[in-house]
Formats: sequence, C-alpha cells, structure tokens
Amino acid sequence: MSEQPLIYLDYNATTPVDPRVLDAMLPYFREKFGNAASTSHAYGWEAADAVEHARQQVADLINATPKEIVFTSGASESDNIAIKGVMEKYANKGNHLITVSTEHKAVLDTAKYLEDRGCKVTYLPVDKYGRITPEQVEEAITDDTVLISVMLANNETGVLQPVKEIGAVAEKHGVYFHCDATQAVGKVPIDVREMNIHLLSLSAHKIYGPKGVGALYARNRNPRVRPEAVIHGGGHEQKMRSGTLNVPGIVGLGAACEICMNEMEAEIPKLATLRDRLEQGIMEQLDEVYINGHPTERLPNTTNLSFSYIEGESIMLMARDIAVSSGSACTSASLEKSFVLVAMGLTDALCHASLRFSLGRFTTKGEIDHTIERIVKAVNRLREMSPLYELAQKGVDLDKVEWKDDHHH
Amino acid sequence: MTEDKNTSPRTILGYSDKLMEHFENPRNVGSFEEAEDNIFTGMVGSPACGDTMRLQLKINPDTEVIEDVKFKTYGCGSAIASSSILTEWIKGKTLEEAMAIKNIDIAKALDLPPVKVHCSVLAQEAMQEAVEDYRKAKAGEERTHEMKQAQTPCKLPPTDKAEQESEKTDY
Repeated sequence: MSEQPLIYLDYNATTPVDPRVLDAMLPYFREKFGNAASTSHAYGWEAADAVEHARQQVADLINATPKEIVFTSGASESDNIAIKGVMEKYANKGNHLITVSTEHKAVLDTAKYLEDRGCKVTYLPVDKYGRITPEQVEEAITDDTVLISVMLANNETGVLQPVKEIGAVAEKHGVYFHCDATQAVGKVPIDVREMNIHLLSLSAHKIYGPKGVGALYARNRNPRVRPEAVIHGGGHEQKMRSGTLNVPGIVGLGAACEICMNEMEAEIPKLATLRDRLEQGIMEQLDEVYINGHPTERLPNTTNLSFSYIEGESIMLMARDIAVSSGSACTSASLEKSFVLVAMGLTDALCHASLRFSLGRFTTKGEIDHTIERIVKAVNRLREMSPLYELAQKGVDLDKVEWKDDHHH
Repeated sequence: MTEDKNTSPRTILGYSDKLMEHFENPRNVGSFEEAEDNIFTGMVGSPACGDTMRLQLKINPDTEVIEDVKFKTYGCGSAIASSSILTEWIKGKTLEEAMAIKNIDIAKALDLPPVKVHCSVLAQEAMQEAVEDYRKAKAGEERTHEMKQAQTPCKLPPTDKAEQESEKTDY
C-alpha cells in the first residue's frame, strides 16, 4: 500500500514547482541574495533587476504594465488589499460592496470582516451551474457601490464567470471591478484591458511556482485605482505593500508566468482532452454520476462529479492511490459540506457524494486511465455496500423516505 | 496517538490498521432475502447527513440469540468500519449481550479519530433500532422497518410508504 505511487489530480489545490522555475530561483537563495531595496551596492541592484524583470513577466501574462503589478504573499493577501484597501481609500464614494456567494474564503471572509464593521455587502446568488449574470450585478448596483468582486474561475467546480461583461457593467456605473483570477491564470487567456478588470489577484503556487508569493494588479489609468495598504512599513511597492521583497519567490512567480505565456496555447487543449477522457471514461461505466458546474463554461482541467448513493471520503479511501478532494462534510475539518456546492442548490446527499478532479501540466494519459479504473471499481464496491443504492435499485424515491436521524454531528 | 498503534508507514486520514482492515474487508455486508423469517431491521441516519446505516438481525425468537446479521452503510470510512466491527461482535450473541455494547467500545477498538466518534454512535443506534423493531414485532405493535415488501403495506412508514409511491410509477 505504501509503495504505490500516488497519482496527483489535485492541481487546483496546489502545483509542483516546475524544474525551470526552481532553476530560475536558486541563484537568489545563493550568491544573488541581496535585498532589492539596497540601492547602494551591486547585491541590491542585482536583486532589484530580477524583481523588475519578474514584474514585466507577470504584467505580460495579463496584458498589464509593470507599474500596475504589486507583489504580495499570495492571492489571499492580494484579495485583502484589493477589497479592504479599495473600500477604505474610496470610502467617500460609498460603502457598498458586491460579491458572489461562491467566492473563495479570502474574499468572503474579508467581506464579512468589513460587513461587521459597517460596510454593506451584497452576496449575489448563483444559478444551478454556479454562475451569475451581468444583469444581476447591474441590478445590485446602487449610488453607494464602490467595488464589485467576482472570481474568474471557481476553485471547486472550475466554472467561469462572465467577467468581461461584468467589468463593462462596473465601468458603466463608475464602480471598481476586482477579479480573483487565482484559478484561472495559466488555464484561460486573461487580458485585463479587454476584460474590463481594474484589480486582479493571482498566486504563484497554482501555476507551478512556489508557495508564499503572488501579485495584485491595480490599474493606474482609465480608471486609476490605488488601494490603501494593509501592511505598512517602509512604503514598498508604491506604498501599497510594505516589506522586504521575497526576491527568490518573485523570480519564481515571474518565471512561472512566462512559462504559462509560452506554453498555455498548447497546454490548454491537452488538459481539456485528458479531463474529458476522465469524465467520459467514468460516466460511461457508471450510472447516476452528475457533473457539478457548467459543462462548457469551465476550466479545461477541472471536473467536479457527484456519485449518487455513496459518500466522497469513502471513495477517496478506497481509491487511495489517487489524490483528489471532496465536497463531503466528512472530509472537512469543520465537518461542513462544500458551501460552493450548497450555493449551487445541490442536495446534501450530492454534496457528500462529490469529488473534484483537477489535472495539470504533468498529468499523463496513463494516470487518467488508471484513475478511471480505480474510481469505477471503488464506486461499484461502495454502492454494493450502500443501503441507499439498494433502495434506489428497488425503485424507492429516497426523497420520500422518513429518515430516522436523531443524532447531531 | 499511541506508538504501537500503527505499523504502516503512512496513516491514511489518521485511520488505524484495524479500521482500514474493516473498511477493506467489511464483514456481513448485504441484505436478507425478503422471504426469510425473523428478520428485524434498524435504519438510522440520512442521506442529508452523509451517514446512513441499515442493520438487519436474524433473531431466534426462542433463544433471543442473534443468529445472523447483515448490514449496509452509506458513509465515510469510519462509518463503514464501525458497522462492520459491530456486526462481527454481535453475531452469535444474545440480545442482552448485544445491547451491552457501547459506542465507545467501537471507537476504542477502531481507534477512531475524535471527529469520527459520532460514526460509532450511529452504529450503536442502528442496533438499538433493530432491537426495537424486534420488540415491536414481539409485542404486536406497528413496525417502521417492515422489509417484507410482498405483504399489503402497513399504515405507516418509511419503506412501505415509499413502496406505495413506487407502485404508482411504471417500471
């Protein structure tokens, strides 16, 4: 059991550092260790040059300019700066934030934090595919609205929001638009100008870069948006984010972005083919398996499936040479179901029965085929053990059964 | 966690070897034939909860010994293992002996992580339900888990009501 290689299909959780990225970073741990803010000697200049080179690499990936890129510790921090920083800086314009019920916790918890302190927040509900419409956003805008925050791609389902249209609505009403693009970067092309995005968050460790570094894009014209800093102390990054720059990390982020830029065009269809192979391979051998999310408006590498009548953790345990994640309550530290799936209107049972497969740069066809086999086998075995499957086979409508459920989790 | 608990190099989800053994090779999985006599059923939990256990006991009415037992569980690894070990323990026991088994016995034997202890509670409740089913049958009361689907449906419950509904559809 311990000798079996673990097949990694959890790329949305994190990615391995690409060897080329690691190579780019190492000198900045070793001989090129200077502080990028040391302006008086070559150690500092060298580090500063590397940082500016990385800044250009990040900007190029999203069609921004280097002056619009702020380096942070990751997308969570970028989200915090974008939301807290904008609401504070532009408090004279209003006190209303619009976001979506399926955003990442880095956005939702930040919104809640502001809400507890008097900010008005609208959490737009999603449809059964997990999407919102630009019309919903427009309806929610008031004279008091300062910022709209909508992610480009959802981490659990891969579902894509109509970001360009939402950005257009924001601009029409003079409202800032922030897009958490953490899951989307490198998987779909992003052009912040074309997509009407004013602020954007991204993270290195989702694109084969190191953990602990990310970036915030903050537009500097048409419109100009300069969020207040969350971290103060020295005024680095145009006063938007103080602190000694993580030079090796930033170099890694830059290298990762450049690789994405060069390789995305070939990588995206490859991922889609493998993902479709996995999805179809599973669904043609099993009945009552449902895709959670939109069938086409989603990332090329993600499939979130619910396997009726059985539970997610038990599938993962039975097919434990495959690393995936689940929306089941049993797999969460807080014993709560995936709030994203709940927001999409999934029944509790289908939430508990869900698995997320997310593929990546190093996923092979062999791994996919092995995964199909293991999952199908596991599901069949667990269904044999499931009283729900037996009842369903007999034609019983499980929704009409009166369950005896006295105990509380 | 105790040192001698795990000899395998990788502990999956904090699960003990014993738990994994029951998960991989669960005992007594299945259902009794509808036509069999002296079958009493307890079903607890719900799909909404993420845990449902159905326990069936074949009880000798004269000796009140559990001659055979079958279970089916929908739930996580801990839920499945808890049901399995319970059925292993109660097979061949008298009702009294079986009812003396407490959920903490299951939790200890499997070394359940604290967050999974509720699965052992569910197993104990399933057994209590099955024994209650037997008691009701013995007392001539209406039973909530009548598994004999060939009979005319009782006035109440869950399985029977569902069967009535399904009779209306085309199969």
